[in-house]
Amino acid sequence: MAGVAPSAPAIGAGRAGRSAVPFLPQGISLRGLLWQAGLLVAVVALGWWLVGNAERNMAARGLSFGFGFLDRSAGIPIGEHMIPYTPADTYARALTVGFLNTLRVAIVGILLCTVLGVALGLARLSSNPLLRALTGGYIEVIRNTPLVLQLVFWHALMLQLPSVRQALNPLPGVFLSQRGVKIPGLMAEPALFWMMGALAAGALGWWLLLRRERARQVATGQRRPTVLPGLALLLGLPALSMAAIGAPRVEWPELAGFNFEGGLALSPEFFALLVGLVVYTSAFVAEIVRSGIQAVHKGQSEAAAALGLTQGQKMRLVILPQALRVIIPPMTSQYLNLTKNSSLAVVIGYPDLVSISNTSINQTGQAIEVISIFMAVYLALSLVTSLLMNLYNRAVALKER
Amino acid sequence: MSATLAPAGPTFAELARGFLRACFSGPLNIAITLACLALLVAVVPPLLRWAVLDATWSGNAAACREAGGACWAFVREKFWFSIFGLYPYEERWRPGTMIAILVAMVLASCQRRFWNRWLMLAWLVAAPAMLVLMAGGVFGLPAVATRQWGGLTITGIIAVYGLALGYPLAIMLALGRRSELPLVRWFSTAIIECVRGVPLISLLFMAAIMLPLFLPEGVTLDRLARVLVAYTLFTAAYMAEVVRGGLQAMPRGQYEAADALGLSYAKKMRLVILPQALAITIPSQVNTFIGLFKDTTLVVVIGVFDFFTTLRAALGDPNWLGFPTEAYVFAATVYFVLCFAMSRYSQRLETTFRPGQR
Repeated sequence: MAGVAPSAPAIGAGRAGRSAVPFLPQGISLRGLLWQAGLLVAVVALGWWLVGNAERNMAARGLSFGFGFLDRSAGIPIGEHMIPYTPADTYARALTVGFLNTLRVAIVGILLCTVLGVALGLARLSSNPLLRALTGGYIEVIRNTPLVLQLVFWHALMLQLPSVRQALNPLPGVFLSQRGVKIPGLMAEPALFWMMGALAAGALGWWLLLRRERARQVATGQRRPTVLPGLALLLGLPALSMAAIGAPRVEWPELAGFNFEGGLALSPEFFALLVGLVVYTSAFVAEIVRSGIQAVHKGQSEAAAALGLTQGQKMRLVILPQALRVIIPPMTSQYLNLTKNSSLAVVIGYPDLVSISNTSINQTGQAIEVISIFMAVYLALSLVTSLLMNLYNRAVALKER
Repeated sequence: MSATLAPAGPTFAELARGFLRACFSGPLNIAITLACLALLVAVVPPLLRWAVLDATWSGNAAACREAGGACWAFVREKFWFSIFGLYPYEERWRPGTMIAILVAMVLASCQRRFWNRWLMLAWLVAAPAMLVLMAGGVFGLPAVATRQWGGLTITGIIAVYGLALGYPLAIMLALGRRSELPLVRWFSTAIIECVRGVPLISLLFMAAIMLPLFLPEGVTLDRLARVLVAYTLFTAAYMAEVVRGGLQAMPRGQYEAADALGLSYAKKMRLVILPQALAITIPSQVNTFIGLFKDTTLVVVIGVFDFFTTLRAALGDPNWLGFPTEAYVFAATVYFVLCFAMSRYSQRLETTFRPGQR
């Protein structure tokens, strides 16, 4: 690839098209056309050469290009799987398991790093100098050390925890040991689904209420309180569901013999990867939040105060909507970074997509196919994330009137 | 800035009073201050005891275990190993000299008054010279395979050579992405987006596993060279986006003025646009480079022994088992010092290069 791009810069696309030939449409120069034709020929020739080499090399190694291996039994033992999986399953299924593992750590990581990052960013702007200095030092240390180092550190820390029998128990129901983290889980039964449904309905109701009140305010200038009715919807509906069908039961982890039973188990690898990604990314998110809020002109804050808005109203109605415009685009790239960085799981042995792909390549030798698969997956993930964030960005962007 | 001209700053007592007032104004602030103090009290004394009071600075592993604190003796023992890796002991003066040249060149490149074509020429001479020094095989220097290179030397080589090779490519890609020729634009955009859309790890895997398949039969590329191919491409794609930001920030008048003077595309870019576009993006370039520098640690996945991986390998020494924390703290400190220095440098440049103040 490196050999192709150099022809790009010297391209002469004179706007005037001095060397324009009579039969060419206006604005298209012969020189530009020649450059592009040259580039095309170079790319095609390079591609031809590479493909030819690859064919010869693969033939020499007794391999043939194709995705047929995906249907063969993989024989890769995977400790963590969100869908049923045994080593007898196919490569396609093993890679799917890896993909889901990547997705799991990325989604949880994005949520947590946003929360932690916003908190750190606000702490960095606190009026308390001690808090400001502590947060600043912490952020600098995290930002200026490599993520690989941090991941290995967290993993080593997890492995230094006591054995299962002497598991640390910092909070009721939470156990930390060499085998990972155990937390209480909700049992998947109808009561849980009903409650989740009620929660979603409550959130939707609040949103509709807000919309109606905003329309009313635009039309009449009056605004009725929305916080209390909203909270009543959000909490009341699940409470009703619990009263009608029964509360979802919580499953507490309990020590039974040499291991825990019940509850949700997070492996040391997953936990180390999650903590590492969240801590690392949140430091960057904090800086983005801080600079976003500082980017809002001071006059805005003073004007809000002059209008008699309370501190909370000022933040919610004046500062944040403007800060979000500055915050969203760099935030998108941090989310993408987190997703891509989750591939570092291979360093500490969490079975993510890259790690399983790596094993598959070693077993089958189908390097080109496997690498294309996971590169395509990451590209798709990147595109979907940017698409979602762009939609959100459009919602908060400056509406020019 | 003589002391007599400077306005009298607040005295120490005034500063302290202001600090205390800010810490204890209102109940919320008092609560926050107390929480911070509690955190400091909980963390700092044990840390100090571990790192300084109970630490062992020289001796062997038994002495370390005896004292119970941090075992800096381990770091001391492995220090030169972490710099040179497995490079033959009696030849260590070669990577040592290389690092000295590299540091001198980098420090010189940070000075604005040296930013001219002589510096470029010096790099063009120094870069191959350093590689020859490391690889040997000529001028009576015994050849040393890249497999034996390691430690901070490799980290420096990957970061600096990756940047040196990637930077021109980045400028080409950025110009290509802004080109008026659709084919050139699509091609550059595709390369930039594809490289930025995938993790560096996958590029490294690609270079390590896939690249040999695409080379003609009989041609093999050294492992370090393959790492450099991937890292250069990665550097180029990220730098290209920074440079593109600078190109877009140029006022339209600059392009039009260059056109009005009748400059060709190459001259317009070389003499008018690029000098300004590159200058205003230098702080972001440094910031991007900090990220790229930290990413050199990723070469661990294809078995190249950079600084951090070398230190981790040192953990396996049977005479020094059980001191991973010390090794990680040492590695973190080295990376932190380097990256923090770079970020301070970029902040200083930011004040010099703020648009409209040149």
